[in-house]
Amino acid sequence: MYAQLVETGLTKVQTLDDMSSEEQAFQARIDAGVKIEAKDWMPEAYRKTLIRQISQHAHSEIVGQLPEGNWVTRAPTLKRKSILLAKIQDEAGHGLYLYSAAETLGVSRDELLAALHSGKAKYSSIFNYPTLTWADIGAIGWLVDGAAIINQIPLCRCSYGPYSRAMIRVCKEESFHARQGYDIMMSLARGTPEQKAMAQDALNRWWWPSLMMFGPSDADSVNSAQSGKWRIKLFSNDELRQRMVDQTVPQAEFLGLTIPDPKLKFNHETGHYEFGEIDWAEFHNVLKGNGPCNRERLRTRVQAWEDGQWFRDALVAHADKQAARNAA
Amino acid sequence: MSKEWPLWEVFIRSQHGLAHKHVGSLHAPDAGMAINNARDVYTRRNEGVSIWVVRAADIVASSPADKDALFEPANSKVYRHPTFFPMPEEVKNL
Repeated sequence: MYAQLVETGLTKVQTLDDMSSEEQAFQARIDAGVKIEAKDWMPEAYRKTLIRQISQHAHSEIVGQLPEGNWVTRAPTLKRKSILLAKIQDEAGHGLYLYSAAETLGVSRDELLAALHSGKAKYSSIFNYPTLTWADIGAIGWLVDGAAIINQIPLCRCSYGPYSRAMIRVCKEESFHARQGYDIMMSLARGTPEQKAMAQDALNRWWWPSLMMFGPSDADSVNSAQSGKWRIKLFSNDELRQRMVDQTVPQAEFLGLTIPDPKLKFNHETGHYEFGEIDWAEFHNVLKGNGPCNRERLRTRVQAWEDGQWFRDALVAHADKQAARNAA
Repeated sequence: MSKEWPLWEVFIRSQHGLAHKHVGSLHAPDAGMAINNARDVYTRRNEGVSIWVVRAADIVASSPADKDALFEPANSKVYRHPTFFPMPEEVKNL
């Protein structure tokens, strides 16, 4: 998930008795599958939860450019470099679609960016891991974007119109990302023994963090249950994670690579893969800011923003000058 | 201290002959930059042959509260649809 552990601010799932008549009418519209639009009445908790969820998602897209940016100048061919640049440009676009969707809920772009830059806002834990080799770019496209697609496809049907429309645009572009990643992995897996070892090493390092992207089990989470009732979360974290494992293991087998999980085995009765324990202590530690790259990511992001200040100021000065001329 | 750039709504015509369709919004300091940004944000895959940008503040929208008053009167006028009039199968080209 690009949005992890989203708070609703509620301590129990709202029942009909807890709701005002307006809230009941709102819930009835959601139950009937009617999309909620920006100007429609909505409960404050729904609005605030969506702002948290969508902005966290947007921040993830923006910060997600940084691990990949590390390899633009060192991509192995000009073609790979052009493809990587196009993918990174897409991530910026996805961030912008999502910021716009969040703004329809009454928060400003500057507030959202300030929350990211101050370290107050969260983004996905996955982007706090380093990209040590070119194979990591393949693993990110294949696993990280693969996990993102699994998370985002259901959100195309979520109850909030602007979010759903942004997700539809994102999903249309996202399969390019997953395929270019798998294509890199295929090239490496079919290459020299050293190249194949590099692909295996990337899989070893990205497998578990990719499964952590879906967040800890939320079977007992009030936040998730409430978000489910609001239809801004359509499947549990465990369901989505299972989907990820089921679809990815055969893809790894095709590459001739080994999933780094000795407990992984196919259960013929359930038709699903069983897998080992996830190290949730690591996940929480990364979320707290102690991942391998948390500080570096934020520093790079803030510096990019500050370095662009003179240019943004110049654009405003130009716009003001033109407006003054036209008024004269 | 910098001021926040205004919000622009973006409309794209996908092919010659089709109407411009709303695709999303973005921030830009002026109309020229809004077009440039719209090109980068909304037409990276040949989605369009023409872009309109309109300041979001200049759009006048109907209010959700007026939905019934505005749209309910059409409900009782089903005869505006051709399917209201059943045609015998023998009658062609109608």
